[in-house]
Amino acid sequence: MILAPSVLGFLVLGVVMGLCVGVFPGLGGIAGLSLLLPFMFGMEPLLGLALMVGMVAVVPTSDTFASVLMGIPGSSASQATVLDGFPLAKKGQAARALSAAFSASLFGGILGAAFLTFFILAARPIVLLFQTPELLMVTIFGLSMVGILAGRVAIKGIVAAGLGLLVGTIGEGASAGALRMSTFDTPYLMDGFKLVIVGLAIFAVPEIVALLRQDRAISDRQALGGGWLAGIKSWWQNKWLSVRCSLIGVAVGVIPGLGGSVVDWIAYGHTVQTSKDKSKFGSGDIRGVIGPESSNNAKEGGGLVPTLLFGIPGSGSMAIFISGVALLGTGQIEVGPSMINNNLNFTYAIVWLLAVANVFGTLICILASGGIARLTNIRFALLAPFLFMIISFAAFQSRQSLWDLVALFGIGFLGIMMRRFDWSRPAFLIGFVLAAPAERYTNQAFQIASSRFRQGMEQGLDYVFSPIVIVLIIVTIVSVFFGLRQAKNIQAEGNVNSGGKRAPLIFLLAVTAYIGLAYWNASLIPDFARMDRIFPIFVATVSLVGCAILLIQMRFKPESHPLFADREIEEAEINTYGLWSTLAWFAALLIATSLVGFILALAVFLLLFIRFRAQKSWAFAGIYTAAGIAFICSMAAALNRDFPPGLLQTLVELPWPLT
Amino acid sequence: MRLTKHTIGASSIALATGLVMAGVAQADDNGLDLAGETVEWIIPFSETGGSARWANFYAPLLNEALPGNPTVVVTFMPGAGSTRGANHFQGLEYEDGTTIFGSSGSTQFPYLLDDPRVRYEYGDWNVVLASGTGGVVYLPADLAEELASGGIDAIADENFIYGSQGATRLDLVPLLAWELLGLNVEPVFGIEGRGDGRLMFERGEANIDYQTSSSFLSGVTPLVEAGTAVPWFTFGSLDDQGNIVRDPTFPDLPTFTEVCAAAAACATSGTAYDAWVAFFTAGFPAQKMVFLPAGAPQEAIDTYSAAFEAITQREDFEEISLTRLGVYPQMTGAAAEAALATATVVPDEARTFVIDWLADRYGVVLQ
Repeated sequence: MILAPSVLGFLVLGVVMGLCVGVFPGLGGIAGLSLLLPFMFGMEPLLGLALMVGMVAVVPTSDTFASVLMGIPGSSASQATVLDGFPLAKKGQAARALSAAFSASLFGGILGAAFLTFFILAARPIVLLFQTPELLMVTIFGLSMVGILAGRVAIKGIVAAGLGLLVGTIGEGASAGALRMSTFDTPYLMDGFKLVIVGLAIFAVPEIVALLRQDRAISDRQALGGGWLAGIKSWWQNKWLSVRCSLIGVAVGVIPGLGGSVVDWIAYGHTVQTSKDKSKFGSGDIRGVIGPESSNNAKEGGGLVPTLLFGIPGSGSMAIFISGVALLGTGQIEVGPSMINNNLNFTYAIVWLLAVANVFGTLICILASGGIARLTNIRFALLAPFLFMIISFAAFQSRQSLWDLVALFGIGFLGIMMRRFDWSRPAFLIGFVLAAPAERYTNQAFQIASSRFRQGMEQGLDYVFSPIVIVLIIVTIVSVFFGLRQAKNIQAEGNVNSGGKRAPLIFLLAVTAYIGLAYWNASLIPDFARMDRIFPIFVATVSLVGCAILLIQMRFKPESHPLFADREIEEAEINTYGLWSTLAWFAALLIATSLVGFILALAVFLLLFIRFRAQKSWAFAGIYTAAGIAFICSMAAALNRDFPPGLLQTLVELPWPLT
Repeated sequence: MRLTKHTIGASSIALATGLVMAGVAQADDNGLDLAGETVEWIIPFSETGGSARWANFYAPLLNEALPGNPTVVVTFMPGAGSTRGANHFQGLEYEDGTTIFGSSGSTQFPYLLDDPRVRYEYGDWNVVLASGTGGVVYLPADLAEELASGGIDAIADENFIYGSQGATRLDLVPLLAWELLGLNVEPVFGIEGRGDGRLMFERGEANIDYQTSSSFLSGVTPLVEAGTAVPWFTFGSLDDQGNIVRDPTFPDLPTFTEVCAAAAACATSGTAYDAWVAFFTAGFPAQKMVFLPAGAPQEAIDTYSAAFEAITQREDFEEISLTRLGVYPQMTGAAAEAALATATVVPDEARTFVIDWLADRYGVVLQ
């Protein structure tokens, strides 16, 4: 049924559109699918499905380009890929890393589909076994990955995760609506930060700034010839790792409510734990690419289970997918509990369209990877303004407010400092991602368990300690135990030399101050909303204890201790430009945007940056600017998006895209 | 920080004045032809909610029905329980008829409860469509059996768990209904959508739930057929005189009013019951509405009303809307205005009662 030429045609069309959207970091499937929605109404169901599935399927594949080549997590699905993929690109092995990643993606996608073919009939009762305590344990298991990614000083990693958790609690509490670190006068903070912005800020901004300061290309070596064959070979050597990580991907994707945002971290943690030689992780180990990439495509297949069987979207793009399906034909496909009984053939069509789309997507990506990998040989000063333009645009899609850009810049600054002082950025991000589910499931499990215990001790214990929970507890303890024992050998972000004592101490004090502020702020939440108070207070307390230990250690350890890691010292020789002067460029763009709007500010920024920072001629700068503006405008026009307005736009009416 | 705050304040004033002038200038144009234009339909929720489904259902139909067949794009502007998007819309003035707004019960309730975040005024806007819906309460099979054999007293001692999105949202209506019936229902907050609430019910953690009609049809009917869920009552529907009657989509189910009348603990009169009726009336019979911004000229309102009217008169409308919207009035013109009037006004006693009840029962203070 799905192999009819017209179906395949639409599938390829969807794949190509998905690749075009997915290549740009931060946009992902939501933007792409929204674009397709208007065409879905009344469309032949199978063709419409092919178009949409094609688009959804390739986003986790194509986002790998940004992750590996630029160190920018293209979407939440490939954050962990950055850790090893980007160092590989720096070493000139971008093509190898990419093709290994694509092979792993392809394999994960197909294995996921094959698994689902059998599992989908039996999935419903199994998924229903995952009650709130089980979901809480899965969340805690995800958090335990911090143990592996904590870096050389484990406590710093734990505090980083605590900071991430606290940043994740900013805004309206889920239980009683109490406000944390925000007020009714700061509506932006009330909704909390979005993952897109935090992910881009914590990984992309520091890398862009760091590379800019060195003023060279990402990779100073010529790409190795035939790199893509080497990548496939690397994948084949690690095929069993790929199998295991794909299964992890399917399993986590199947569980509703958790989404797939941690699956790549879990897969990365698993990869590290099961590898014998761990010394290269974080500085370019191909297994660190294969693991997460196998899981993130398999997850898309797994994510179909909650979406199709329960009508509960596992992600933002799946939510639009449901809307789209409802528009197809005469609306006879009903996503939800009746899907399997009434539309089994469509269910299978979706599963296998996903697999076929993966094949097409991967082939196109592998063919393109050699050429795209050459981007890493371009002088970075020419690439950076373009990248910054794209991530600003992507960040702005989060809430369409100027504050999106402020948040990107502010959290980006935090990311720069964490990178400098070797605080684990993955730990921070895992904390941020899991803050909401950890708090929600804790509160809900507590509330439901209390009610069960009121009925009787036995009901309560049965509810809290189900077999699944017990297994998950054991897995978590084992994982933490081995993780901590091995953490010293795993430098997820490479080795960092130590410098003086003063700068790391100031940063630690600033982090402590924020955590203290968060503690104080949460303690003000009145009793009737105590459910919103417990979680931030608990996290802040643990983090403060960690901070105290670090402060005491800093007092007594010598300057050479890893505690005082400082990249400024290490990179002093290769940095051509200062941190503040580089940051000033982006701060100027931000301020100019608030005054004259994004497009005008961007035009001036691009022109001046290329002329003065990159030291190109006015003519070159002019052409670059025109091309950049034309590109961003055509993309915004295609996606039907606006740009951030500034003060000027409130005074005079300007035509699009200046509005 | 301070600079930006000032700029925002100054900007909205400047924007308002600038746009009023533009609005006046264009108000003389006769008729509205949107050929080549793009209509932006602002939905103050995320892509995942019921409002998204509702807007996605109407958007392509609107494209066909509006003169000039403009592209209709649904723009999602979630935040602060829809008050962010509504506040944004309040800041707009009619320009050329290419911006419309879709509100929901969750936009109405904070407005009625004097939520401090509300900076919008329904009276300024121009309604062109009002979509009604209903709600169905259902129970697990074992409790339904106890209810059937022993009446409501049989389940009065049960510890009910309900997955809720928040007591100040639409969930206020079922929570207050159960309270009036004397049930001991503990809401577990932090649910992200009614679908998650249904999943909690399916997992056996929640043992009472409600869904709006369209979600009940698609999500719960299979459970009813499988014998795991049993519908109990609907919230009912309003007739032309404003009386609560049986829900036309579920004529076999009793209404809450009938159940209440039969229960000893519950009275179909008095402040509490009147408050329930007031908030039901605000939240369900005109749950989702489409507005043109303040200052829209009559011909623009007429153009949009006619377009929605044409959609609801389509021959296949009943067929295509059945599973997406349920059998509920899709009101335009005077009917929509009447629906808006009943949906955005509650008597002061009802408001005071609910605000006090929220504070006493759930510790929710809206200030």
